[in-house]
Amino acid sequence: MSGPPWRRLVGNLRTRPAVLPAPPLEAEAVRDLAARLAAAGIRRLGRGLSLHALDPGSCGGCELELRALAGVAYDLSRFGLRFVDSPRQADVLLVTGPVTRNLQPALVQAWEAAPDPRFVVAIGDCGIDGGVFKGSYAVAGGVDTTLPVDLVVRGCPPAPEEVLEGLLLLLEANAVR
Amino acid sequence: MNLAATIRATPAMACRPWSRHVVSPERWAALAEEAGLALLALWGEAQAVHALWRDAAGMLAVSLPVAEGRYPALSPRRPGAILFERAIADLWGHAATDAVDARPWLDHGRWQVTAPLSPRPPARPGGAEPVDFAAAEGLDQIAIGPLAGGIAEAGQFRLYIHGGVVARAEVRLGYLHKGVEALMRGKSPRAASRFAARLAGEAAVAHGIAFARAAEAACDVAPPPRALALRAVMAEAERIASHLADLAALARAGGVVLAAGPCERHREAMLRAAAQGFGHRLMMDVVVPGGLATDLAPQGGEALRSAVASLAGDLPGLARLCAGLARRLAGVAVTPPDTVSALAPGGPAGRAAGRDGDLRRAPGYRPYHDLNVPPPHETGGDAAARLAVLLAELRDSARMLRTLLAELPGGETVAALPQAAGEGFGWAEGPRGDIWTWLRLEGGQIAGAFLRDPGWLHLPLLAAAAAGSDLADWPVLRASFGLSQSGMDL
Repeated sequence: MSGPPWRRLVGNLRTRPAVLPAPPLEAEAVRDLAARLAAAGIRRLGRGLSLHALDPGSCGGCELELRALAGVAYDLSRFGLRFVDSPRQADVLLVTGPVTRNLQPALVQAWEAAPDPRFVVAIGDCGIDGGVFKGSYAVAGGVDTTLPVDLVVRGCPPAPEEVLEGLLLLLEANAVR
Repeated sequence: MNLAATIRATPAMACRPWSRHVVSPERWAALAEEAGLALLALWGEAQAVHALWRDAAGMLAVSLPVAEGRYPALSPRRPGAILFERAIADLWGHAATDAVDARPWLDHGRWQVTAPLSPRPPARPGGAEPVDFAAAEGLDQIAIGPLAGGIAEAGQFRLYIHGGVVARAEVRLGYLHKGVEALMRGKSPRAASRFAARLAGEAAVAHGIAFARAAEAACDVAPPPRALALRAVMAEAERIASHLADLAALARAGGVVLAAGPCERHREAMLRAAAQGFGHRLMMDVVVPGGLATDLAPQGGEALRSAVASLAGDLPGLARLCAGLARRLAGVAVTPPDTVSALAPGGPAGRAAGRDGDLRRAPGYRPYHDLNVPPPHETGGDAAARLAVLLAELRDSARMLRTLLAELPGGETVAALPQAAGEGFGWAEGPRGDIWTWLRLEGGQIAGAFLRDPGWLHLPLLAAAAAGSDLADWPVLRASFGLSQSGMDL
C-alpha cells in the first residue's frame, strides 16, 4: 500500500479485514470445555509460587542452572512461577548444595524469615545427603540435616527443566490437597 | 643475577614441569621484595609452605619448612598474600609472622576441629568465635549476605558508606568451604577429579583440565591428541557459556535488559549442545586424568557447530546492543593501576586492565599453540573495559571452537595413569582466569593438593575497585567482575 497517509487510512476503512470467518462451534464441546475450565482453570489462575534460591554450600553449578531457569529461555512467568530476592516474599525455598557448617545458621535464619506455608525443595544430589562432599569436616550433610524438606530434585546439577518439573509437581500436589 | 635466577640455579625437589626449590627463611621473605615477580599462589602442607611465583623468565616454585608453626609473612609486601596466609592458618595452623591480617578466613569457628588438614587436628575447645568486621567511625555500614538474595553464591560483603560513596568494601568468605583437599586425600586422581570439577561450577571443565594436567605431570603421562583437542572444545564451550551468563547478568544490572535476552538464549543453546556432545550440560566429569571419560557423541560435533555458528552470526548484533551498556559502564569501578600491578590478576578482569595473563598464551598448553590466542587490547580497567573483553573473547572462543571442531584428530581418548609417586603442576585458563593446581601423589593416591581459583586475586581487586565508587553502582560492579565464591572457598 502506498500514497499519502490519508489515502491509506481511507483505503483501510473501505476494505474488509483479512480475517477468516469464525468456524461454527458445537454447543456440546463448549459446555465440556467450560466444565473443565471450572474444575481446573479457575483454581490454576489463582495459583502462583514465589521462589527464592538459597545456597548453603553449593559449588555454583546448581546456581548456574537456576539462573538459566530464571532467564528468557524458560519464561517461568507463564507457569505462575517467579524468583524473588528475599525469603520474606517466598513460598518455595530452592536450596542448593550440601549444607556447610559455616552456613548452617544463616540457612536456618533464612528459613525462619519465610512466611508459612513454605516449601523447601532440595536441589541437586548434594542437597540430598551431601553428595560428593559427604563426610567432610566442613559439611553438615544434606538439606534435611537442617530444614524439613518437602521435595527433592536429583541431578548434579539438575537441568533447568528437571527443576521446573519438580516445581510443577509441587503446584499440582498443592492444588490436590 | 637476581634472586629468582639464583634460586633457579640451586638443586631442587623433583616436580614436573617446574622443580620445587627449598629455600631459607631469608630468601623466602626476600622474594617478596623482588620487582618483576608476581605471586600466583601460596599454600600449605603439614611441614612446609609453598609459593608459586612468576617472572619474565618463567615460573618459580619455592618451599619453606615451617619451624615451630611459623613462617615469614609475604603480605607486608604482597597484598595478594593476605587471603592465602589467613587460609593456611585456618587449614594447617601455620602462622605467618608479621602478617598484615591475622584474622581467620575459612574457619568461622563452626568446625569440630581446628587446623583440619594438619596431621592431628586438635578438637575445638569452645564454641563459635565470630569474626567481626572492622569498626569504622563516622561511616554508615551496609551488610550484604552471606545469603544475599538473587540467585547467587554465598558470601558476605560489608560496604562502608560516606555520602552515597563507598569509602571501603570488606569481604568475608569461607561460607562455602567444603574441605575439598581433605576429601581428595587418599583417593586416586581419577576419583579425586570429581572434586576438581565441583570446586567452582562455572569452571568445571577448566578446573578439571588443570587438575588432570597436574596428575599427568606427576605421573609423566601425555594424554592422546584427540583428548587434548576435545578438552579445548569443552573449555571454549564453557568459556562461551560463562561469558554469556556474565554478560546477561551485567546487562540486567546495568539496566540494558534487551541485551540479556540473546545472551541467555545462546547460552542455553550452547549448554544443550554440550549435553548432546558430552552427556552433561556443564560437562562435569568428562575430563579425567589421562584423557577423557567419554568421547564426543556422534551427533555432538554437529550440535556444537550449529550452536557456535548461530552465536557467531548474532555477535555483531549483540555488540551493537551492548554499545549503550558500555556507555553506562564507562568509568565505573576502575581497578586502580597500582593494585593491578601489585596483585597481578589474570582473567578478563586482569586483561581489561592491560595484563597479559592468559595461560593459553603463556606458559601455554596444547592445543592452544596452534590457535592464535590474541593478546589483551584493553587498558582502561573499568567495567566498560571488562565488558569489551567479554565480547572480544566470545568472538575469539567461537573462532577457536569452530577451528577445533573442523580439525579434530582421531584416535584414542585416554591414556592409562600408572600407580606412581610424584609431584606436578597443572594449569588452565578458566572463564574467569588463570587456574593453577599442585598435586603430590604417593602410591597412586593424592597425598597433597592445592587448587588455586582465579578468585583469590580477583576478590582483593574487586574490593579495591569498590573504594570510591558510587553505592548505586555496586550491583554493576559485582556483575562486571563475575566473581564466584565457591572456587576460592575450597
